[in-house]
Amino acid sequence: MTLDFASNADYLWVLLPEIVLSVWAMVVLLAGVRRPDDPPVNPEVLGWLSLVGIALAAGVNGWLYGVTSTNPAAMITVDGFRLFSNWIFLLGAALTILIAPAYVARQRLQAGEFYTLILLATVGMMFMGGTRNLILLFLALETMSIAAYVLTAYNRRDRRSAEGGLKYFLLGSFSSGFLLYGIALVWGATGSVHLPEIGATVEAGAGFTGLLLAGMALLAIGFAFKVAAVPFHMWTPDVYEGAPSPATAFMAAAVKAASFVAFVRVFMEAFPALYESWYPIMWWLAAFTMVIANVVALSQSNVKRMLAYSSVAHGGYLLVALAAANQMAMAGLLFYLLVYTVMTVGAFGVLMVVAHHGEDRLQVEDYAGFGAMRPLLAVLFTIFLLSLAGFPGTAGFMAKIYLLQGAVDSQLWTLSILLVLTTVVSYYYYLRVAWFMWMRPAPEGQVAASFWAPLPLKVALVAGAGIILYLGIFPGGLLDEAMASAEGLGLARDVFLGLRP
Amino acid sequence: MSGLLQASAYESWILHALIWLPLLGILGVLASSEERAKHFAFAWTSGLFVLSLGLLWAFDPAGPLFQFTSDAPWIELWGVGYSLGIDGISLFMILLTTFIMPVAILGAYRYIGEKRRAFYALMLLLQTGIVGVFASMDLFLFYIFFELTLVPMYFIVGVWGGERRVYAAVKFFLYTALGSLLMLVGILYLYIQAQAGGAPPSFHYLELLGTPLTLGEQLWLFAAFALAFAIKVPLFPFHTWLPDAHVEAPTPGSVVLAAVLLKLGAYGFIRFVLPFFPDAATHPTVVMVMLVLGVVGIIYAAWVAAVQPDAKKLVAYTSVAHMGFVVLGIFALTLNGLQGGLLVMISHGISTGALFLLLGMLYERRHTRLIEDFGGLARVAPLLATAFVITALATIGVPGTSGFVGEFLALLGTWERHPIIALVGTTGVIFAAYYMLPMVQKILFNELDREENRTMPDLSGREIAVLAPLVALMVLLGVFPTPVLDRMEPGARAVVEYVEETTRDGSLLEAARLDRVDTQSRFVHDSGRHELLISPDPTWSLSDRSGAFRIPDDHILRDEG
Repeated sequence: MTLDFASNADYLWVLLPEIVLSVWAMVVLLAGVRRPDDPPVNPEVLGWLSLVGIALAAGVNGWLYGVTSTNPAAMITVDGFRLFSNWIFLLGAALTILIAPAYVARQRLQAGEFYTLILLATVGMMFMGGTRNLILLFLALETMSIAAYVLTAYNRRDRRSAEGGLKYFLLGSFSSGFLLYGIALVWGATGSVHLPEIGATVEAGAGFTGLLLAGMALLAIGFAFKVAAVPFHMWTPDVYEGAPSPATAFMAAAVKAASFVAFVRVFMEAFPALYESWYPIMWWLAAFTMVIANVVALSQSNVKRMLAYSSVAHGGYLLVALAAANQMAMAGLLFYLLVYTVMTVGAFGVLMVVAHHGEDRLQVEDYAGFGAMRPLLAVLFTIFLLSLAGFPGTAGFMAKIYLLQGAVDSQLWTLSILLVLTTVVSYYYYLRVAWFMWMRPAPEGQVAASFWAPLPLKVALVAGAGIILYLGIFPGGLLDEAMASAEGLGLARDVFLGLRP
Repeated sequence: MSGLLQASAYESWILHALIWLPLLGILGVLASSEERAKHFAFAWTSGLFVLSLGLLWAFDPAGPLFQFTSDAPWIELWGVGYSLGIDGISLFMILLTTFIMPVAILGAYRYIGEKRRAFYALMLLLQTGIVGVFASMDLFLFYIFFELTLVPMYFIVGVWGGERRVYAAVKFFLYTALGSLLMLVGILYLYIQAQAGGAPPSFHYLELLGTPLTLGEQLWLFAAFALAFAIKVPLFPFHTWLPDAHVEAPTPGSVVLAAVLLKLGAYGFIRFVLPFFPDAATHPTVVMVMLVLGVVGIIYAAWVAAVQPDAKKLVAYTSVAHMGFVVLGIFALTLNGLQGGLLVMISHGISTGALFLLLGMLYERRHTRLIEDFGGLARVAPLLATAFVITALATIGVPGTSGFVGEFLALLGTWERHPIIALVGTTGVIFAAYYMLPMVQKILFNELDREENRTMPDLSGREIAVLAPLVALMVLLGVFPTPVLDRMEPGARAVVEYVEETTRDGSLLEAARLDRVDTQSRFVHDSGRHELLISPDPTWSLSDRSGAFRIPDDHILRDEG
């Protein structure tokens, strides 16, 4: 099917996955409604219902591969980058919904609204990956963010959750302000909010350079907040620690992925000609994020907080791809985001099992004896941890190699070595959980039955570990797919080598 | 024998089987009961050893350099292949691995008391990793197997180890991972450089070989690779993880660690560092640094070993000393030296493995490893004492044992180029007697002054079965090393000659630029790939694939800048 966007009805086709998912979010919301004195709907049932919607949206997303757009001025694209990132968001949402019952049911929360918010946030992400218009991008970002703020504060009875929600809301709005200001300045400098048009104007050397650079810098700051790059990461640990665990998993995985996708789209489509100017920003952001996040994670004894810093650290690795800015790096970024989403949600899934009622078992000591009591869950957790550490045999390794190849291709030697050295640092804190799990005896009175793992969570963990191992051994197909999806986004090698001082 | 091997197409499946069958065995271990797991693991690894014995017959010393080769695409986007192949060097490393594994498992029958299934599953995983390292012809594959050995060893030390097991396990893991990750960057650099001339991406060993590199690049890459392997060897001063890991590891863990895992490092030097970076490896300063570190390792470790109250720690330090001889042999860059180093690797694997097993047996009986807790054991346990003495003599390197041949050749090879270093190194042999003999004296002879030791049982049938093959090999290799040396020679000669020729007149880069030598075919001059070179079908010709040598001038300029 070929679309030229001569009539606005074409947008209905090109936005079909988003439309399906939005409608389904309403279905889930209504299905979860009961009168106050009726018993609430079983969260697992609502979870499976939400999954049906995600599957439908995924099916439509697959169908979009057969659709071509001939109009570059359209606000929504149908390129591989968008479709691939849609897979990431849908996968992240599906896994989150699968692990959520363990928390939602235990805390007696309203499952319907929780899932609806996740689905709506996913719709926002899909818009972020698909749009080429800065205004639409902002709206999509807010759609996603507001759902995420509510998810963070969702456990009203928990003070940590409320505190996290408020912090996230204030700092998130603050960063959105930066972003909006940046958009305004870029519009002022180039007279357009359409990415390819901005790109063409910049390339031609037209527009007000000072204004443009200021706008670009503000955009970079806004996105750096969203992807939690050091030094704009301060909100992350508190928010991640306070939020309900499934919401944390969702934020650490899918929300971050969406922010990265938009970050890449804006800088690669609008400002490739300014690579010389923004390359040092990315370089320093990546270096700071990798080093500081990994070092701080070392000293965390709370596993949830450790995973929060680990997610910041992974953001650092991904920023290396942005600094490298070639097609290999962009493909690596896509592949990494997918793998990262799976392993992060998986790790949070096991964390929820251990965390127990009221999330009172989050310390690393609480993992003592877990391996002896629940060996299968512990094996799955070990796989996720090894993958997060980037160990050979897991998908995390292939993803890291992909990023490294991109960096090496752009001759970013210092960043490559930093990436590798900080990876060694990260081994320590990931392995520490493994050693408590396997090498420490369980405390007195701890029984295996206190680790409650509902069926959907087990499904998510097994599926996640399966994906991690499969991609760790046979990554070929997906690597090619990621490479094809990044088509046209990277700068040509000689261009940036020439541009860079 | 060879008829049988031929009929079963042994060549085509043996390496795959040796790598993947241990993984399959994991399923068997997990399916059997806690009690039976050890029997299954022992039977499985023994079967693999018998299978691998066929390599001795099937490997043709007069044939191509790399044999049993196979190539299959794996990750095509990056040019990663599932490529296997072995030369005479890896042949014996693989045999050593398949031999030590059942021995270590049988020796651990009583030592491993809990979580047995998990333990034997990890041992099998370890075997997959180690054999994979020695059989890989693709650097990416090699790296994966190289790292894969860390995880099982981490858990073996950390779960079944002694008092300070977690500390030892983490130190071992972080130390070795640091080195290998830096090597990964080096591998990627090499990989990118090899594509500079427009060659398709490939991680294949022979494709990366002869990649033109300036001396500066070679020195950096040498550092990255050498650090990884020096930590693994371990070369002084990167050895501090070893005593901890050895002492804390359970007996079978120590055995495998000493016998095979340390060899990964030395193997890496021979297989990758020397041929990839010949100019750096022959650079006088580099050679001197490596030799001096080797010699310092020999002497320092001997002195430290001599004062250890803990017998296991003493043996751990002897490993450092022995691996010092290996490094001497390698960086002497002579055929004798290299062959000697390789032989030391094998004999150290056997004798140190046996020492750890013996100490494990003593520990099972007395639950102590302190030398002072024993004394006069020769009177109550004569069989044990006999095995102990022979092993100790082999460790020292007394003529007639395996230790002697290797150390002699390594020192002889060093003497040809660096007489003073060889002279200093030779004192290490004396120091070996200085630390080994007092320990033997204190444990086996002296007064039988402890009540607990009077009732100590001698070797059981199982323990005899564990030690007998080891002791037999020590003597056999000591008096008749020719079969081993013959098969190793082509591999060792290829490395030494290749390094010599590529560096004789000018650097590797120079040689490649002037198209004076086709470096790859030099290396495999007598191999199967050489026949491909002269085959009439141009699509298969190696020289055609080695486009890396047609370096555009701008590339060279950029390197200088």
